[in-house]
Amino acid sequence: MNMFSFKQANKSIELIDNFLNIIDQGGLIFKEGVKNYLHNNRESFVDNLKTLSKLETEADVLKRKIENILYTHSLMPQLRGDILKLIEELDGIINQCKKSLFQFDVEVPYIPAELNQDMIKLTEICISAVESVVPAARAYFKDPASVKEKIHRVYLYENEADKLADAIKRKVFQDMPNIKRLSEKFHLRYFTLHIEMISDGAQDVADLLSIMAIKRTL
Amino acid sequence: MLFLIFLSSGLFLGWSLGANDAANIFGSAVGSRMISFKRAAWIASIFVVIGAVFQGQGGSETLNELGTVDALAGAFTVSLSAAFIVLMMTRRSLPVSTSQAIVGAIVGWSMFTGNPTDYKVLGKIVSTWVSGPILGMIFAALLFILLRKFLQRARIHIIKLDSYIRTALIVVGAFGAYSLGANNIANVMGVFVSSAPNINLNFGLFQLDGVQILFLSGGLAISVGIFTYSKRVMEKVGNGILALTPEAAIVVVLSQSLVLFLFSSKSFASFLVSIGIPPLPMVPVSSTQLVIGALLGIGMVKGMREVKFTALGGVALGWVITPVMAGTLTFFSLFFIQNVFGLKVSTSEIERTTDVITQLQSPQVARQINMILPGLLLFSITVIISLIYMFFRQQKLRLKTENELLMKQNEIFNSQRALKDLEINSIQAHNTVLATQLELKRQEYNSILLNIKEQKEFLENITNEIHELIGSKNIQKRDEKLKELSLILKQRMSFTREINDFYEKIEETHKGFTEKLQEKHPDLTDNDVRLAILVRLGLSSKEIATLMNISPKSVEIARYRLRKKLGLKERESMGDLLKNI
Repeated sequence: MNMFSFKQANKSIELIDNFLNIIDQGGLIFKEGVKNYLHNNRESFVDNLKTLSKLETEADVLKRKIENILYTHSLMPQLRGDILKLIEELDGIINQCKKSLFQFDVEVPYIPAELNQDMIKLTEICISAVESVVPAARAYFKDPASVKEKIHRVYLYENEADKLADAIKRKVFQDMPNIKRLSEKFHLRYFTLHIEMISDGAQDVADLLSIMAIKRTL
Repeated sequence: MLFLIFLSSGLFLGWSLGANDAANIFGSAVGSRMISFKRAAWIASIFVVIGAVFQGQGGSETLNELGTVDALAGAFTVSLSAAFIVLMMTRRSLPVSTSQAIVGAIVGWSMFTGNPTDYKVLGKIVSTWVSGPILGMIFAALLFILLRKFLQRARIHIIKLDSYIRTALIVVGAFGAYSLGANNIANVMGVFVSSAPNINLNFGLFQLDGVQILFLSGGLAISVGIFTYSKRVMEKVGNGILALTPEAAIVVVLSQSLVLFLFSSKSFASFLVSIGIPPLPMVPVSSTQLVIGALLGIGMVKGMREVKFTALGGVALGWVITPVMAGTLTFFSLFFIQNVFGLKVSTSEIERTTDVITQLQSPQVARQINMILPGLLLFSITVIISLIYMFFRQQKLRLKTENELLMKQNEIFNSQRALKDLEINSIQAHNTVLATQLELKRQEYNSILLNIKEQKEFLENITNEIHELIGSKNIQKRDEKLKELSLILKQRMSFTREINDFYEKIEETHKGFTEKLQEKHPDLTDNDVRLAILVRLGLSSKEIATLMNISPKSVEIARYRLRKKLGLKERESMGDLLKNI
């Protein structure tokens, strides 16, 4: 055990900051990727896919580094478990983004033009949830008291995303007679669900953060 | 020697103090794994000894005011009874205080020996049992509020905060250990003060008188207690009642240390007097009870819901039970020691007066012992030993790393070798397969060759028989013979097919060769190519003649032509050339 592990502390702070930046960027790239797919900009879409995949790998590497440094230098023995869980959950978000965008690439879903607007809106709301949960995670490290006021936005966005996703599914199954095949309907439902899951991930992080913040303010 | 035997009960009390009370200082730090036990034990031991030797006088003076235990056997009994009570109460997990036990034991001694108990001093001491925890509570509450405010304002990153807290826990812990030594050494060694040897050790930089030497040995006993037993207590306490957040742990330790320090600092007392405030008495207070007070203080700041009132009850119970029990035990033990062993447990009034008079007539001068040289010697020996130790340790570490590196390289080498072996094995296996295939093919060709030879002989036989038939006059017999021959021939019709089969197979296996040969020499006829293949197979002219159904002489001529077409010179071998294509 290193008594004055200031150097290690600074290093791990930097790693965590970088990790949070990557999660934030990942959300933005995902949003762009979905838009490019819907607008048929194949080249840009492929570009987004590559960038996102790179970011996801980087996030994994950073996650491992953070785990390593916290354990080998036994920093914060009491909070370590919570922090690692938080990092894990955040990593789950960028993983979901990547998986979802890859599914667009592999399955090439047919999305009727009249759904474009809704899909874009859904993606934007979900990514807003991610964008709000990242500052909350940052706040946990420096100012736990302000976490609570930051995470309520996440819950709001998640709620909105749920509603919109529901509306899209309803529309696909009930109000779009031009989609004849059940398989197509299912396909659309799955893609809606996969985007929606990103906001669910953000909500999980928010739940964890609220408990962690209470623990710290005790 | 006798002195040392009697001192053993004090040392035992010191041991139990170290085992139990060090956990009040480093318990939550070690329990939460912020600091390793080894580091905590070293810091606690060193500072306890320093505190005991240099600031331990105050408390024991007060205890002596309460009752000067002036005979060694008496001091032994007082100390042993107190230690026994502490041990018993600790076993029952009651928040016991060494201070209360020793005070009770001294009062017990006074009652037994008929010395008057100074109730004013007793009142002063008892009041600190209450005021100590209350003061601890107030300090803790104030410090906790301040720290919380500061942390909220400062917004330090949690990881950075962690390393600050770690450092703070060590610094505060060191201060706590110092104060514990200063304050509680009186419990351990206070009763022996009047029997302390009258010597003075001069270390050059500082001097130790008899009392300080006594305190030094007490401090060392506490250290032994810390190293041998306190780990268990720390881990238990650190995960139990003292399972605090590190911030709260700092507050608890700091407020506890402050109270211990204030109740043992002469300079602080004189400072209070100088500003016109009555000084705090120099009294040993219980660190366990201070911790409970501090926890209460923090609980009150957080909201009363966290205050454990049962703990308070335990403290109050300790105030009453511990001294009473210790006093009673001392009383009866003294009776036992005096009447059964016939030891003197106190000095009578007359003896005391005589002592004072002799003291006044010829004041005994403390025996001066110069420790500068031995001290320097000891110091240099310690330095040299630690240097040697460090050198060897370094060496060992270096060897270890080198060894690890070597092992790693060895591992890599081994795996590489295994990989190569695997490769070689696979190549060998491949080669064996190829060799068997080659052998099979060779056998196939040989059998075909034999077959063809046999066919030729057969045909020759047939020709001979036909020739015989040509001369025969017996038509019936000739017809019969012809029929027989035709039947035999029919049976053997497959012969040409077999030759064709042979060539097909050969051409298939030498596909690359045929193509390359025709590419290089496009003027070669099909027969030439066939001949080339047979030469390449290493067949003799005779064998080739059989296969091509020509005479060996014709084979020689065909070979000669082929040589020319291939552009071979006289000494060059056609077989070699063809094999190399």
